Amino acid sequence: MADTDEILLSIRGLKIEGRSEEVWSEIVHGVDLDLHRGEVLGLIGESGAGKSTIGLAAMGFTRDGCRISGGTVTFDGIELTRSSVRTRRALRGKRIAYVAQSAAASFNPAHRLIDQCTESAVHHHVMSRSEAEHDAIDLFRRIQLPDPEDIGFRYPHQVSGGQLQRAMTAMAMSCRPDLIIFDEPTTALDVTTQIEVLAAIRDAVEQFGTAAIYITHDLAVVAQMADRILVLLKGDPVEEADTRTMLAEPQEEYTKSLWAVRSFKRPEKPLAPPEETPVVSVDHVTAAYGTLTVLHDVSFDIHRGRTVAVVGESGSGKSTAARCITGLLPPTEGTILFNGEELAADYRKRSWDHLRQIQMIYQMADTALNPKQRIRDIVGRPIEFYLGLKGKKKEERIRALLDQIELEPDDFIDRLPAELSGGQKQRIGIARALAAEPEFIICDEVTSALDQLVAEGILKLLAKLQDDFNLAYMFITHDLATVKAIADEVVVMKEGKVVEAGPKSEMFRPPHHAYTDLLLSSVPEMDPDWLDNLLKEREEAGVKIESAGN
Amino acid sequence: MTIGSFALYGLGLIVVLTIAAWIVKRVAVVVAPSDYAYILKTAPLTAWFGMVVIFIYVMLAVLAPVFAPFSETAIVASEYEPWGAPYYLGTDSLGRDMLSRLIFAARNTVGIAFLTTLLAFFLGGAMGLLASTLGGWIDQIFSRAVDVLMAIPQLIFALLLLTIVGTNVVNLILVIAVLDSTRVYRLSRAVAMNVVVMDYVEAAKLRGEGLGWLIRREILPNITAPLIAEFGLRFCFVFLTISALSFLGLGIQPPTADWGSMVRDNATLITFGDPTPLMPAAAIALLTVAVNFVVDWMLHRSSGLKD
Repeated sequence: MADTDEILLSIRGLKIEGRSEEVWSEIVHGVDLDLHRGEVLGLIGESGAGKSTIGLAAMGFTRDGCRISGGTVTFDGIELTRSSVRTRRALRGKRIAYVAQSAAASFNPAHRLIDQCTESAVHHHVMSRSEAEHDAIDLFRRIQLPDPEDIGFRYPHQVSGGQLQRAMTAMAMSCRPDLIIFDEPTTALDVTTQIEVLAAIRDAVEQFGTAAIYITHDLAVVAQMADRILVLLKGDPVEEADTRTMLAEPQEEYTKSLWAVRSFKRPEKPLAPPEETPVVSVDHVTAAYGTLTVLHDVSFDIHRGRTVAVVGESGSGKSTAARCITGLLPPTEGTILFNGEELAADYRKRSWDHLRQIQMIYQMADTALNPKQRIRDIVGRPIEFYLGLKGKKKEERIRALLDQIELEPDDFIDRLPAELSGGQKQRIGIARALAAEPEFIICDEVTSALDQLVAEGILKLLAKLQDDFNLAYMFITHDLATVKAIADEVVVMKEGKVVEAGPKSEMFRPPHHAYTDLLLSSVPEMDPDWLDNLLKEREEAGVKIESAGN
Repeated sequence: MTIGSFALYGLGLIVVLTIAAWIVKRVAVVVAPSDYAYILKTAPLTAWFGMVVIFIYVMLAVLAPVFAPFSETAIVASEYEPWGAPYYLGTDSLGRDMLSRLIFAARNTVGIAFLTTLLAFFLGGAMGLLASTLGGWIDQIFSRAVDVLMAIPQLIFALLLLTIVGTNVVNLILVIAVLDSTRVYRLSRAVAMNVVVMDYVEAAKLRGEGLGWLIRREILPNITAPLIAEFGLRFCFVFLTISALSFLGLGIQPPTADWGSMVRDNATLITFGDPTPLMPAAAIALLTVAVNFVVDWMLHRSSGLKD
């Protein structure tokens, strides 16, 4: 909570323009916000809401191709939009610090952590190098990094992603700034790692009485971190209130729709009868990249019309399992069965019919669609290739598919992927998979790069298509909310092994395997006390929050 | 004509070409269909300068017999006539008209260089795409073979090969094309590698598409921008190589006009303060600069930088 009523940062009528193709257009349309000393303000909105742009503008900074076109940014009595470069430079790093989304991309891989964490303190003449080193080690201890004495002397690639994100928080703290801007600091992390980082950030902010702007698209996360929340939509403020008020009684329609977004849930289908042959059966598969074995004796079945969610953290082998099924990575042991028939291990040795039956939808729709092909060609190729349709018949089929994925054919058929939004691209990815008329589709993290509202639309579409065509899905995800929404059966994986498997209703009901329990309890909830309660609970239960570093 | 006034004329020519480029840009923006108007409007003046110069060279090369007052090989006067009508740039060491030979040389040097570059790209590009798409031992064989070729200094290797196979236009084109294709191979393999790992290529492989489709439809359209830029640059190097070989006597053989050998044949004049041998050299320099201006602009566009 705010320690004093003194206003640290005051933004009035902030307007920011962005340039595309030589034309300036406004992307932030007059935002006001006040931040008191020691207060944490959550900025929340979908992509394109202007959250990061406003966050950077609080430092008097805009990205290349953007400019502040109106309004004022006053930090502790200094008007940043009109001050000189020298004044702003003196503030940055010293009194205002910034924590970026991907610590892995923001640390310089050629320098040790301690060199980078002490740099701004030494540069701004706050401390000498040796004082700064002592201070950094102290900070490492406070944010609960393992081996605080030694970890600073490692290089960025020698520590884990969560540790790196915490080290970045320590780096931002090095000059004891008045304000820190956190730009989606946990978005790229696994849920179990996210907890540690959230706890570390919150402790650090509380201990030093630092004010913070916390930018995120995840409501449950912002509920834990912020005192106050500001909701943004396309560069306009929608609603602002205390966290508890905002969560309990949102006023605006848009805010309510954001709050309700996790409500989609389809009923679980009963298990398939045991005598039914599964569409795809992974049978004791072991696979390796070179000498490194990444899958150990993995088995699971996927039945017609059912969705099997494969859950696990990054590196758990869930995508590798998919590569084995598609034949991109031939397993070293075990087989893949399709309708009871053994598939060739290598996709090059499979028949066209087998290739057609197993389709894939990718996580990054950006790289999954050829940027130089029009929608007509992307969707039309599998139709021509597998079904031999040409000319008018092919055109009809493309249009029917675009109808099914709820995109207007006349409007979209001649577009290039660059002319689509993220959600629309993902829909085209689905249409391409459907065009082959498969029985089985692998969905690899298909919603994790999308905003929640858009992701929900995709999940609903996938559910509808499953009912229409009796498709079997293998749904790879790390997001348990998605699992709750769409899965019939769940397979939990860790370090290349299946930890637990069963129908969804059983998986979300105790007792669990210890790892499943850790995974389930780490999913942030909308309750602002959730993090406190969880940490207390785990401390009592003696669960080590600290996962082993590399 | 002294070297000083020669430099002054050169400066004047550059100013005239720049003004011409500016005017052409204005006209093109108005005339071009709206799809291309934006691209043309954002092209910097340097790129327009380059395009205007290249256009003039192409016209001269194609219509050489129309523009040249005399024949390429005819001896029309005594040797080393001074500048003045009807021999506007004087005559060479055998009494052939310099201006006519300069214009015909555009046809020979540029034409041969263009053919050579085309062949080098066809060879190097095809091998690079195959290596990156197929990988494995094909990639190893191609890459190591290219390494071996690149380990020998190019000009010396070219001299060696031409001495062995004999100097004629066909051999010249083949030898330089093979040597230059190694550079094209390196580039096309590298840029194709970045595309091969994309999910859409994986999707096409899993669909069961053949090698031809993968290369032509999935990979090639996504690497054309850097390849076109490299084509411009490579073209400059090739005609510089040809000029250098001609200067050394192993390139285009007399009496065919060619800028490299024209510099050599008239080199003695420079000791008397006569700038005539500098004319073909200036022609080479101007074209090199022009092509590079256009290539810079294309590279900038393909890199997607905003500023």
